[in-house]
Parts: sequence; structure tokens; C-alpha cells
Amino acid sequence: MTEHAHMNCEKLLGSLSEYIDGELDPELCQEIEKHLAGCDNCRVVLNTTRRTIDLVHAPTERPDLPDDVRERLFKRLNLDDYLNPK
Amino acid sequence: MQISRTLLYTVTLQLFLSEMHLMNQTMPTEISLEALIAGDRAEFAHLVDMYSSPIYRLGLRMLGNPQDAEDVLQNTFLNMLTHLSEFEGRSSLSTWLYRIAANEALMLIRKKKPEVHFERSEDAEAGENDRELLPTQFVDWSALPEDELLSGEGKQILDAAIQSLPESLRIVFLLRDVEGLSIKETAEALNLTETNVKTRLLRARLFLREQLSTYYGDTLSARSEE
Repeated sequence: MTEHAHMNCEKLLGSLSEYIDGELDPELCQEIEKHLAGCDNCRVVLNTTRRTIDLVHAPTERPDLPDDVRERLFKRLNLDDYLNPK
Repeated sequence: MQISRTLLYTVTLQLFLSEMHLMNQTMPTEISLEALIAGDRAEFAHLVDMYSSPIYRLGLRMLGNPQDAEDVLQNTFLNMLTHLSEFEGRSSLSTWLYRIAANEALMLIRKKKPEVHFERSEDAEAGENDRELLPTQFVDWSALPEDELLSGEGKQILDAAIQSLPESLRIVFLLRDVEGLSIKETAEALNLTETNVKTRLLRARLFLREQLSTYYGDTLSARSEE
């Protein structure tokens, strides 16, 4: 991005999160997509930022509560008799 | 074609986030606040089972070890019970629960690392050098398959990158991108403005992207040299 750190790259970077989340108005989206079509580096930043967010949703990144932790929690909350139905 | 794929991906991600958002919105309707306040233990057990996994994950990611995460988990529900009668319903029950959990995690961090400051003023943040945000890594590793990205060392790199985020950015990233709260809910849970949440989220996402790009960029160039 140092190679072409002109206004459009920086503007895109500032709106990147909202663009990824689909929270920008269509006019600004069009402006961003026009810039993306001609800027390899910004396209890479967009793709890899999306992939980064995507990775934290992988099942391996979202482990369930370990059984022993659940058991101690229920006991601490005096919910021992509700331990079975999960 | 590139733009069409980009649009398709945006729509897909938007749908996914909407679904996550919907989960957060609909979950509380399955729990009766009246029953909780009346001391219905079965309803409380139901609530604990619904939220204990995300709260434990949040504690684990914020504190970095299972014992502290368990303390955050237990204290969150104990605190919730203590203050249940004060819940005014200005936010959803789930957002309130995340607010208690985030406070518990941040309090524990402060106890362990008194030098950490979570409450940076918005003026201070706005004045920070935005050039720090500028990416320096431009290798496109996004097409690598997920099992390869998260196999062995890749997963450790991702976990370490999240751990190395400053606490003030990490908590925003975890609530928004990992647990799927909306910007508004994240702002409510952390007592921040929506603008502040958006700024921190962008910083966190770009920081993580940069870390992962350094690692996967090396992986890809090593592969091309083979």
C-alpha cells in the first residue's frame, strides 16, 4: 500500500470493516468496487481480512464448554440437580 | 468476475452475521425474565446452559488460561443473580450478560496487569497515527483451504495473534466477530459509542490480518521455492 497510498486506498481502508459487514450505502460500495477493480493490493487486503474473520468462525475455534467446567459451575450456582439435561 | 465474487461473498457473510445477530436477538425470548426473577431454578439452569460456552470462550480468549476463564464464567452468573432485580431491560438479556462477563474479564486483567488501560478516550484514539493501520503484507493467502490454514501451527498463529491484540481491541473483536453481537450490542455491552466500536474493530481486524499474512505469506513463498 505504500506504493500507492493515495486517497482512495486510505479511504477504502477506513471503510473496509463496514464494507465487509455490508453496512455501507450503495453509492460508497460502488466507489469502493471501482477502486478494487484497479488496485491489486486493496483486493488482497479485502480478501485476506474477510478470510481472517472467516477463520475465527471455524468449529475448532469455537470449542464447547468442557464437562468438568460445567459441572463445577452448576455446583457453584447450586444447580446440581439440573446437571443432567444439557 | 472479481467484483461479482466479491459481492457474493459480501452477501454470504452478511447473511451469516445476520443469522448470528438473530440468534442473539431471539435467544432471550426463550428465557422468561419473570421466571428468573421469581427464582425459577430450571429456567436459570436453561440460561446457564445457553450462555456458558460463549462466556467461557470469551474468558479464555481474554485471559489466556482455563482457570481464569472459569473464574470469569462463575463470577458472571453469580453477579447476574445478585443484580437480576436491577436489570431494566434497556438492552437484551444476552447483551447484559455479555456486559457482566466483559467487566469480569477486564477486572481480572486489571488485577493481574495494572498497567493495562481499557478506557482510552475517543479523542486519544482519533489522534492516533492512522498510518499504523496501513497494511504492509500483500500476499493473497485467502484461497488456501481452511483445514490447511488451521492445521497445527496455523491454529497456534491465529490464537497467538488474537492473544497479542491489545485488550481494548480484543474484547471488541471477540464480541463482534467471534460471538456475533451487532455493533450496537457490542457498544452497549462495553459502554462505548458505536463509532468507537467500529474504530476498534477495524484496528483489530487489520492487526490480525497483518499477523496472519506475515505467516501465510512465508508459507506460500517457501512452497513456491520448493
